[in-house]
Amino acid sequence: MTDPYIAITIIWAFLFVYAIAGSIDFGAGFWAMYYTRKENTEASVIANRYLSPSWEVTNVFLVLLVVALVGFFPGAASYLGTLMILPFSFVLILLTIRGTFMVYAYSSKKYSRMLTIISGTTGLFIPALLVATLPIAIGGFVSIGEGRDYLLFNEIFASPTLYTHIGFGLSTELFLASLLLSDYSREAQNEKTYLVYRKNALWLGPVTLLFAVAATFTLLPEAGWMVENMMNVWYLFAFSLLAFIIGYAALFIPSGKENPGRPRLSVIFIVIQFGLASLGYGFSHMPYILYPDLTIQDAFTDPTMFRWLLVGYGVGLAILVPAFVVFWRLFMKDKRYLQAEK
Amino acid sequence: MDEVLLARMLFGSSMAFHIIFATLGVGITLMILVAEITRAIKKDDHYGVMAKRWTKGFAVLLGVAIPSGTIVGVMLSLLWPGYMAIVGRVIALPFQVEIFAFFLEAVFMSIYVYAADRLSNSMRIVSVALVALGATASAVLITDAHAWMNTPRGFDVVNGEIMNVRPWEAVFNPSVYVTVLHVVSTAYMAGAFVIASIAAFKLMKNKLSDSERAYHRKGLTISLIIGAVMSLYTAVNGHDTAKMLYEYLPVKLAAAEGLFETQDNAPLAIFGIPDPERGEVVGGIEIPGMLSWLASGSTDGVVQGLNDFPEEYWPPLFVHTLFNIMVGIGFSLLGLSFGALFYRFVFPRKALPKWILAVLVTSGPLAMLGIETGWIFSCTGRQPWTIYGVQLTSEAATNSGNLGFLFALFITLYVTLLVLTSLVLKFYFGRNPVSKELENMNV
Repeated sequence: MTDPYIAITIIWAFLFVYAIAGSIDFGAGFWAMYYTRKENTEASVIANRYLSPSWEVTNVFLVLLVVALVGFFPGAASYLGTLMILPFSFVLILLTIRGTFMVYAYSSKKYSRMLTIISGTTGLFIPALLVATLPIAIGGFVSIGEGRDYLLFNEIFASPTLYTHIGFGLSTELFLASLLLSDYSREAQNEKTYLVYRKNALWLGPVTLLFAVAATFTLLPEAGWMVENMMNVWYLFAFSLLAFIIGYAALFIPSGKENPGRPRLSVIFIVIQFGLASLGYGFSHMPYILYPDLTIQDAFTDPTMFRWLLVGYGVGLAILVPAFVVFWRLFMKDKRYLQAEK
Repeated sequence: MDEVLLARMLFGSSMAFHIIFATLGVGITLMILVAEITRAIKKDDHYGVMAKRWTKGFAVLLGVAIPSGTIVGVMLSLLWPGYMAIVGRVIALPFQVEIFAFFLEAVFMSIYVYAADRLSNSMRIVSVALVALGATASAVLITDAHAWMNTPRGFDVVNGEIMNVRPWEAVFNPSVYVTVLHVVSTAYMAGAFVIASIAAFKLMKNKLSDSERAYHRKGLTISLIIGAVMSLYTAVNGHDTAKMLYEYLPVKLAAAEGLFETQDNAPLAIFGIPDPERGEVVGGIEIPGMLSWLASGSTDGVVQGLNDFPEEYWPPLFVHTLFNIMVGIGFSLLGLSFGALFYRFVFPRKALPKWILAVLVTSGPLAMLGIETGWIFSCTGRQPWTIYGVQLTSEAATNSGNLGFLFALFITLYVTLLVLTSLVLKFYFGRNPVSKELENMNV
C-alpha cells in the first residue's frame, strides 16, 4: 500500500468511528426528545443518561477527523473548506447550540426541557447536513476557477441521490441508536425500555437496507464511475449483507431473560455491517476525494510530515487507550451509574 | 465589503469568543488542582468545597470552550484554505498532538465530574491533575502553531512550492518558548484573578457568617498567591519577548512601540498615538534609552524603526495602544496582588479594607481584557502576513463568498451564548450558595 492509501485508510477509520459514535449520540438525542412526553419516559431517561458523559468524547472525534484531514491531505482540507463553507458553518452552529445546552441543562433544571428539544432536532439536522457532503463529493456539483469556488446548490437540491443519502444517513443513525440503547437498557436491567428500543430497531433495520439500495441506484446517473467501482468490490457488500442478517436475527435469539434477543451481539454485527459497507464505499471512491478535480495523490501531505504524523498517532493512542478503558468501565459497565435513581 | 477583511472579522471574533473560555479553562483547572492539593495537605474541607464549586463553574465554561474550539478549528480550513494547505505540510504535528491532549482533558473531566463520588481522594487528585495537564498541553501546542506563524521555520520555498519539510524544526521555531510560556502564565494569571475577583466581591458584603468569611478569605489568599507568582513570571517573560521580537520580528516591535526611526538609545513610549506624518508618538510619555535597554540589554543597542520597512508591510499602528493596555494591565495586576498579599501577611488578623477589596474586584475583568488585547496585538501585529514573510493574509483567505451572512450568524450565536452562559452561572450559584454547602459540610 502506498503512503496516500495508508493515510486515507486512517481517515476512513476516524470517519467510521465518528459515524458510529455520532449516530448513537445524535440518535439518542432524538429518542430522548421523542419519549419525553410519552408513557415511556424511562426510555428518555435512559437515552439521556447515556448521552451526558459521551457527547464530549464524540465531539472530539469530529475534531480528530478534521485535524487528520488537514495533516494527511492538506490539499483536500483547503479544497473542501472553500467549497463546504456554508454546510459546515451550519453544522458548527448547530453543534455549538447542542453542546452548550447540554451543559446548561446539567447546571440548571430550567433548561432541561429546552435541551431535549434542541438535542432532539439538532440530532436530525446535523447528521443530515454531514451526510449531504457525500453525494457532493462524488457528483461533481461544484464550480471551480474564475476567481470563486462554490457549490451548485440548484443542481444538488435537484438530485435524487442527495435525498436517498440523507434518508440512509438518518435511518442508519436511528437504527444504531435504538440498538445501542436496547443493549444499554438490558445492561441496566430495564426490560421494559429494552422492548421499546428493540421494537424501533426491528422496523428501522429493513428501512436502512432499503435506503442503502436506493442510494446506490440513484447514484448511477450522477456517478456511474463509482457504481462501477462498487461492482469490483461486490464481496465487501455481500459480507456486509450477511453481517446485517446475523445482527438482525440476533434480536430474536432466546436470551435467557424474560424477553428474546441478544442486543450486544446485534450491535456488534451491525457495526461490522457498516464497517464493511463503508469500506466498500470508500474503496469505490478511490482515488478521488472530490470527483473529478482532486485525487488523494494530489492532496497528499509532505512524506516526512506523514511519517511523523504516524508516530504521533501511535504514541497518542498508546496513552489514550488506557484512559478509554477507565472511562468505559466507569460509565458503561458500572452498575452504580447505570441504575442510579435520579 | 472586502472579503479578506470580512474573513478576518469573522475569525477574529470567533477567536475573541473562544479565548475567554479557553483561557479560563486552563487557568481554573490549575486553581482546582491547587485547591484539591491544599485540602489534602491542610485537611481543611473548605478547600474541598472550593474545588467542587470551581469545578461546577469550570464544567460550564468547558461546555462552551469545546464547541467554540471546534468552531475555530474547523473555521481555519473554511476561512483560510491557503494557510491550512501550508500548515498541513509543515506544522500539522502540534495540531494533531493537541487532539490527544484535548481527549485527555475531556475524558478525565468526565470522570472527575460525573464519577467524583466513586473516586478515592488520591484518584481525584490524579484525575484533576490530568485535566489540568491536558488543558495546559492544549494551550502549549496551539500556541506553538501561533509562534510558528510569527517565526516560520522548517521548510524551504522553491518556486512557490513548499519543499524539504523538517517538522521538528517547525515545532521548535525560535519564538516557541517565550510565546508558549507567556500564554500559559497569563492563562494561569487570568484564572487566578477571576477567582480573586469573585472572592473579593463576596467579602465586600456585610452579612456573612464567620464560616463564609473564612471560606472566601482562603479562596482570595490562594488565588492572590497564584496570581502574584504568575504576574511576576509574566513580567520576566515579557522582557524575553521583547528580546525575541528585537531579534526575529523587528517590524512588530517597532509597531508596538511606535518607533519610526532606526536608532540607538531608543526611547520607550508609553501611551500616545503614533503619527506616521511626524514620524513619532504624539502625546505619550517617553523614557529615553529604555527600549534599547529592554530589547538588547544595553542603551547602545540599535533598534530598527518602521521606516526601515516598506510601508505596505507595516502592521496597523493602533497595535501600539493594544500593546500598552496589555502591558499596563500586567503591571497593575502585579502591583495589586503583591500589595494585597503584603497587607494580608503583615496584618493577618485584620480584614482587608473595603477599598482594597473594591480594587481587587476589578482584577478578573482586567486580566481578561489583558488576554484579549494581548491576542489581538499579537495577531494584528503580524499583519499583513498570515505566515510572516511567507504568506500574506490576502493569499490565505477563502474565495467562496457569503462571509457577510455568516459573520452576522456567528456574532448572533456568540452574543446569545455569552448572555446565556452568564445567566446559567448566575442561576446555578444563586440557587446553590456556598453557605448551604458549608452547612452540609459540618453535619
